[in-house]
Amino acid sequence: MSYTVKKTFEKENVEMRAAYCATLIEMAKSDERICVLDSDLVGSSGMKPFFKEFPERAIDCGIQENNMIGVAAGLSAAGMVPFAHSFAPFAVRRCLDQIFISCAYAKLNVRILGTDPGITAAYNGGTHMPFEDMAALMAVPEITLVEPTDSVQLRWLLRELKDAWGVYYIRMARKLQTGVFEEGSRFELGKAAVLRDGTDVCIVASGIMVKEALAAAESLAGQGISAAVLNTFTWKPIDDAALAAYSAKCGCFVTAENHNVVGGLGSAVASSLAKSLPAPVETVGVQDRFGQVGTEAWLRTEYELTDRAIERAAKRAIERKRG
Amino acid sequence: MENNKALRVFAEEVRLETLRELAHLGFGHVGGAMSIVEVLAVLYGGELRHDPARPRMEERDKLVISKGHAGPALYAALALRGFFPKETLLTLNQGGTTLPSHCDRNKTPGVDMTCGSLGQGLSAACGIALGDRSLGRDSYTYVILGDGECNEGQVWEAAAFAPHNKLDRLIAFVDLNKQQLDGACDDVLYMGDMTDKWAAFGWHTQKVDGHSVDAVLDAVRRAKETHGKPSMIILDTVKGHGCELAENTFPCHHIAFTAEAIAPSLARAEQMLADARKALGEGR
Repeated sequence: MSYTVKKTFEKENVEMRAAYCATLIEMAKSDERICVLDSDLVGSSGMKPFFKEFPERAIDCGIQENNMIGVAAGLSAAGMVPFAHSFAPFAVRRCLDQIFISCAYAKLNVRILGTDPGITAAYNGGTHMPFEDMAALMAVPEITLVEPTDSVQLRWLLRELKDAWGVYYIRMARKLQTGVFEEGSRFELGKAAVLRDGTDVCIVASGIMVKEALAAAESLAGQGISAAVLNTFTWKPIDDAALAAYSAKCGCFVTAENHNVVGGLGSAVASSLAKSLPAPVETVGVQDRFGQVGTEAWLRTEYELTDRAIERAAKRAIERKRG
Repeated sequence: MENNKALRVFAEEVRLETLRELAHLGFGHVGGAMSIVEVLAVLYGGELRHDPARPRMEERDKLVISKGHAGPALYAALALRGFFPKETLLTLNQGGTTLPSHCDRNKTPGVDMTCGSLGQGLSAACGIALGDRSLGRDSYTYVILGDGECNEGQVWEAAAFAPHNKLDRLIAFVDLNKQQLDGACDDVLYMGDMTDKWAAFGWHTQKVDGHSVDAVLDAVRRAKETHGKPSMIILDTVKGHGCELAENTFPCHHIAFTAEAIAPSLARAEQMLADARKALGEGR
């Protein structure tokens, strides 16, 4: 693991989906096993260049997610390395049994890309707004759940998965993200990246909440509160060792996720700490609610997925620690 | 009278070993195991390229038992072909066995796909066929579906997918044994004419007597001569075929029985095998 955190955090100039497509094209050029599947969302996933370059290894299955996941399992059984995409609610909620039996229980080698997580589904509204995808997959044995933060982490992840074996679910916002890591950063699956060290409270963040966590930590520093920020881009397996170490160091936590706090990152962190060094955990995230339509900015306020919410939670966590 | 007397012997061996597995256990999916005996005999009797010493060789033909509960019949065929010792058959469903109730590619040598949650096998078979084609192999992928299983929507997603992608090395079977767990298929959920349905989806479709090794063999060979589209062979079968107890029980999807109750069925299966061997000997 050798990553460098940027000094300042700004919007990247490349969309996540463009980085995804370009990286898969680069991988497919040197590896005939790489193939992609989509379910009538090639226009959304930004994969048209891949379909153009490798038509024989790119399959638009039509609007049939269950079959797509089953076909991906079969491709893997024949030795291919499939990357299958749909919007996260359809890739996961609709396909849980196919992911469980045809992929995971069969011990096959499949990558599933679920896009538009949580409030990033925005104008598509409640039907398309998954706050439950990670929770639904959490109880699938041996699966790996990842939510890349920016295009640098995404590119590293995809290359890392080329020769890995197993079922990997990639939860990815499609559009421009805040750049957190310097080009060339490398990580380790299952290991948290430390974005900022601190001693009073540890903020554990993923996805679009990373930039909120960093802003909250900066604001807390101005108030004399030292907040560590961990980026747990791997939700499963969660980094037990890092959490235990920061429990010893900070003594309390805030989790920040664009997902239901029930069964998500907050639950994973609390469950991990319960086994090691229990500490107060405040959970910033969707408080067991359904999605709804709106702009991402409006939804961010509606569900309190903000730096301010993290800041308040940090203070509550510190209060609880002091008892 | 069938011409392929050696295949008939193999079929009766598969039937008898399957029955012995289930008799040892005292319960199981007898009906749907009995009804696919002949197609298994045709495949493992020569049509399906395989090597028991190299169960994962890349250029093998693959078989997906989408109706995964028919595993015991497949296990009998695999044991008889030498994928594992015949004694293993008596470990069916025991804790730690390599022969679980439903097919598992990670547990049993020679099993190509894990199935059991109905409706998923045809999709996997499509993927295997696509993968083999993409990697330049000339392998065939076979898949056996249940007629009750065709209630599942995912089957029809794959039914559209395979012809669209011209998977002409995909050969599928529907075991039309006309029963599912709750009763007659037509009573539980009427699906219309199975042959017409698959033809309408763009498959090369045949319907044959699923208990005639001659008819099944001919159908498989015709399927191999079909280009540009996948093949569907509807096997007209009787659920429980060749097991008196199952034939006389309705529905017979899953039955439990005593040793005494199954004994006459075993005796009859033994006699059928002896008769088949005699016919083969006379033919020679």
